[in-house]
Amino acid sequence: MFEGWPLLSLLVWLPIAGGVAVLAAGNGSAERARWTALAVAVGTLALAAALWVGFEAGVAGMQFEERVAWIRAFDIHYHLGVDGISMPLVVLTAFSTLLVVVAAWEVVRYKPAQYLAAFLIMEGIMIGVFSALDAILFYVFFEAMLIPMFLIIGIWGGPNRIYATLKFFLYTFLGSVMMLVALIYLRTQAGSFGIQDFYSLGLPVGIQTLVFLAFLAAFAVKVPMFPVHTWLPDAHVEAPTGGSVILAAITLKIGGYGFLRFSLPIAPEASLALDWLLIGLSLIAVVYVGLVAMVQTDLKKLIAYSSIAHMGFVTLGFFLIFRIVAAGGGRDGALLALEGGMVQMISHGFVSAAMFLCVGVLYDRMHTRRIADYGGVANRMPVFAGFFVLFAMANAGLPGTSGFVGEFMVILASFQAGFWYAAIAGLTLILGAAYSLWMIKRVVYGEVQNDEVAALEDVNRRELALLVVLTVVILYFGIHPAPLIDVMAPSLDALFGIVMSTL
Amino acid sequence: MKSVYLLTVLAPLIGAAIAGLAGHRIGRRAAATVTVGAVALAAGLSLYVLYQHVWGGAPVFNETLYRWASVGGLHLEVGFLVDRLTALMMVVVTSVSLAVHVYTIGYMHDDAGYQRFFSFINLFTFSMLMLVMANNFLQLFFGWEAVGLVSYLLIGFWYRKESAIFANLKAFLVNRVGDFGFLLGIAAVLMHYGSLDYAEVFAAAGDAPDLTMNLFGTEALVATVAALLLFIGAMGKSAQVPLHVWLPDSMEGPTPISALIHAATMVTAGIFLVARMSPVFELSETALSVVLVLGAITALFMGLVGLVQTDIKRVIAYSTLSQLGYMFVALGASAYAAGVFHLMTHAFFKALLFLGAGAVIVALHHEQDMRRMGNLRRYLPITHITMLLGTLALVGTPFFSGYYSKDVIIEAVHYADRTGAGFAYLAVLLGVFITALYSFRLYFLVFWGEERLDPHAKAHIEHLPRYVLPVMEWPLIALAVPSVIIGYFTIEPMLFGGFFGNAIQVLPANDVLATKGESFHGPFAFGLHAAVNPAFWLAVAGAVTAWYLYVRRPDLLPGINQRFAPVIAVLQRKYGFDDLYNSGFAGGGRLLGRGLWRVGDQGIIDGVLVNGTARTVGRVAAVIRGFQSGYLFHYAFVMIIGLLVLLTVFVGTWRGWF
Repeated sequence: MFEGWPLLSLLVWLPIAGGVAVLAAGNGSAERARWTALAVAVGTLALAAALWVGFEAGVAGMQFEERVAWIRAFDIHYHLGVDGISMPLVVLTAFSTLLVVVAAWEVVRYKPAQYLAAFLIMEGIMIGVFSALDAILFYVFFEAMLIPMFLIIGIWGGPNRIYATLKFFLYTFLGSVMMLVALIYLRTQAGSFGIQDFYSLGLPVGIQTLVFLAFLAAFAVKVPMFPVHTWLPDAHVEAPTGGSVILAAITLKIGGYGFLRFSLPIAPEASLALDWLLIGLSLIAVVYVGLVAMVQTDLKKLIAYSSIAHMGFVTLGFFLIFRIVAAGGGRDGALLALEGGMVQMISHGFVSAAMFLCVGVLYDRMHTRRIADYGGVANRMPVFAGFFVLFAMANAGLPGTSGFVGEFMVILASFQAGFWYAAIAGLTLILGAAYSLWMIKRVVYGEVQNDEVAALEDVNRRELALLVVLTVVILYFGIHPAPLIDVMAPSLDALFGIVMSTL
Repeated sequence: MKSVYLLTVLAPLIGAAIAGLAGHRIGRRAAATVTVGAVALAAGLSLYVLYQHVWGGAPVFNETLYRWASVGGLHLEVGFLVDRLTALMMVVVTSVSLAVHVYTIGYMHDDAGYQRFFSFINLFTFSMLMLVMANNFLQLFFGWEAVGLVSYLLIGFWYRKESAIFANLKAFLVNRVGDFGFLLGIAAVLMHYGSLDYAEVFAAAGDAPDLTMNLFGTEALVATVAALLLFIGAMGKSAQVPLHVWLPDSMEGPTPISALIHAATMVTAGIFLVARMSPVFELSETALSVVLVLGAITALFMGLVGLVQTDIKRVIAYSTLSQLGYMFVALGASAYAAGVFHLMTHAFFKALLFLGAGAVIVALHHEQDMRRMGNLRRYLPITHITMLLGTLALVGTPFFSGYYSKDVIIEAVHYADRTGAGFAYLAVLLGVFITALYSFRLYFLVFWGEERLDPHAKAHIEHLPRYVLPVMEWPLIALAVPSVIIGYFTIEPMLFGGFFGNAIQVLPANDVLATKGESFHGPFAFGLHAAVNPAFWLAVAGAVTAWYLYVRRPDLLPGINQRFAPVIAVLQRKYGFDDLYNSGFAGGGRLLGRGLWRVGDQGIIDGVLVNGTARTVGRVAAVIRGFQSGYLFHYAFVMIIGLLVLLTVFVGTWRGWF
């Protein structure tokens, strides 16, 4: 039914226009703003669903392409399109934004229209990032994304929000400036700003290394990778619940996406030459950050650190492929790693969103994020406790939940690169359970610790709906990940071909 | 048959969903009915499946249910493998589960979490069935972790109790250490045998028995590496030294699950795993020796700890550890069938002992200390008799089920020609004496001697609601029957009759059971053989010692305790494993995490790099501030110049001017 529609443009501009509409509608009436925002978010998700349905799973190349000249003088095009790598991320974005709109419903009292508008505009921009096929268009979206998030944390954030926003902004901005230089250089070599024209340029290794490092500066910060990860816990702590959900579920994925879309295919030889660095930093993320996560005293910091550790599996999977191939693991082994990393990105979107929503539910009632202020929540909120335990288990990679799939695939693949990679990565089984379940023990279980906990009320219908939806998704992709993997497999296979062909 | 298998698995899952999600709406009675009904259905179907496989000529079933994921040419699937080994496990799991479900009606009768409990034990039954029915490593790992999840939820069922939520975290984490090895083992299997499907893996392993891989700079046999890594998983789940520490603490959970999960079924998953993997383990003498020695260590030394426990459930828990050690000894001696045979008999008599202990605990209103029991046979005659039967089976009384299964293990090790077999033989033989001693110590302390009840417990036992005991006693009676007789009737087909067919594969050179079979002349003769068997006399000695010390001359005990004080102290510290793990691993991990956070993240990265840079920028900015005049046209002018410079550079690079 969407045959011939510019579906991607709609996905980008409907939420942006909708955001403006919410601003207009919300002038004076919060209620009207909420319903408008909900309608826009639902509409966007419906379009995203149409995208999923209309997407041909067996095709490796770009689909739903749109291309018109934008700035003729510099040969910049408004060029959109999705493949199996970006399409699931677009859908994830639309899904997460709807969650955020519902989660904010009666919780956000201060300037609700502006809050919701910021998220809708953010949604359009993020979908733009994932579907842009022109480097400058990508860059514009990539930078534009900072503004709504800056506002979200800066206006609706916690007491230390100024420090957090500055740190967040400077980190990501410094990284992306480097990327801009690289993009302009690539334009001089490829003769166009088309991202796919940058592939297979056959650049000398020295140049590739510079390009790779420039991209690394942009994407490593976003993921975030050790040691440029410390902005994330600070940003999460100060961000409102919705900000944390989008930050964890979507913006981190842009780093992982960038490695796949830019670093690996544009600079394969540099990726090969520097894979030790990326693998090393990824393994540090799993172990070091896992240990740091365990001792956090702030719920959001704990989940933020656990996000970093989980994203370590993404970058680990992406950059292990050279060693897997070298060790004789072949194409199947490399695909296991790439697909594992991608699945981990999608799953982390669900699980981290669920975890941050749970913290939001608690925070709305108790106005504290300190673990020590809780204890015995299960006594007062048994339904909530059930969901929280389930999500914590998904966070710890329990089979049957989506959290298991990516980690499982990456660990199996890393064994093919060498025993030690798998052994170090496998420590997540222990560390992930330790930080997730120790937190559960202190927050959920035990006797009621204080009067505030004693006064807690269980989740309302709106919250329950959010938790149920996330549970369904997390369990579905844990029990049956094939649909997700089948969608991304041809594109990752093609990517692997591009990377290997130039080596 | 496919629909039968599916229904067997799904019935308890559906039961769990109903009781868990709608438990409060449908009420306690309905929740219990649904879940007990679901397990009864699963048990009935499992019996039918076993019947079909043993007498009905049903073929081995190995089919895919659905495709979980595909990666290139690798297909990861969910499917069932049902042969006689699986069918037997299905019967053991569902029948013990059914007994425990019925028992729970009485045990949990006044608990607020009644429906939740039934939901969890139904979910457990589902998970365990998925584990034993898997035809591939992926699903095996799913079942493996799912039973771990339910175990976690049930140990912490009384989540207000600090000791319970400590124990469940500990259980999960220790199991995760095992799963860490297990997952690496799966990865090794995938890499070198190219599949996760059992049949394909076993075929590939058989085709390349001498395949090696590079590990730590040396060439190691793939079979050894894979088997040892998988065995680490088995050590976690089946609580073998040094990963045994979680099982005694798991006794913090309600007693029905101690019987079901932590004695009869889940903890035997490791035994099942090794038996299932026999085609791989057979290829590695090294791996089998490790299994043999660790099993023997567990069998002997954990039994010793059982001697000094005063909590009735903990005695049985240490007994379970020790008996699991016996099973691993059998596996390590290549007598896989004997290991599974002991698994089966043990499931019945150990579940019986736990449920009996639970009946005692409920009757005394949650009193678990044996020092405040005594002479209870007066109040609990049926519990007393059934527990006596269970004890007799456990210690290996001739013609009882435990006699057959344990004696075969001892003889199998005796025949085994493998590194560590000599030590293992001594350990399991000595273990027989220890087993009899701690078992009868428990029996006499609880049911004989003088009554040592505190007034509250005494009042409770005298005014027990009328329905509570019968609903708990029926399962005891039902379990007592197989505890006594099942060994007699099944030893011949299971061990010497080729019962398991191709499910268990033993190299001819390793086949100690075949050697033993040459001197086997029927179960009756085997029973009479006890008279010339050192194991039997050791058991008698243990029982008599217990009787003498705890019934006849309890006045001697203080003197003995004093004389053996250092030994007893070591046993009470449980050899220091807990202390080491708590301060070493748990404490060390927290310390390390805190150190990395404060020094690495906050000190170096944020303190020096980030904020240091920020300060430098601040200083530079102070200089630049001088350029700020406040006049708008100055700014505009500077911006235009800057833009022109940028454009020149940009266009210049593009056109190749520079």
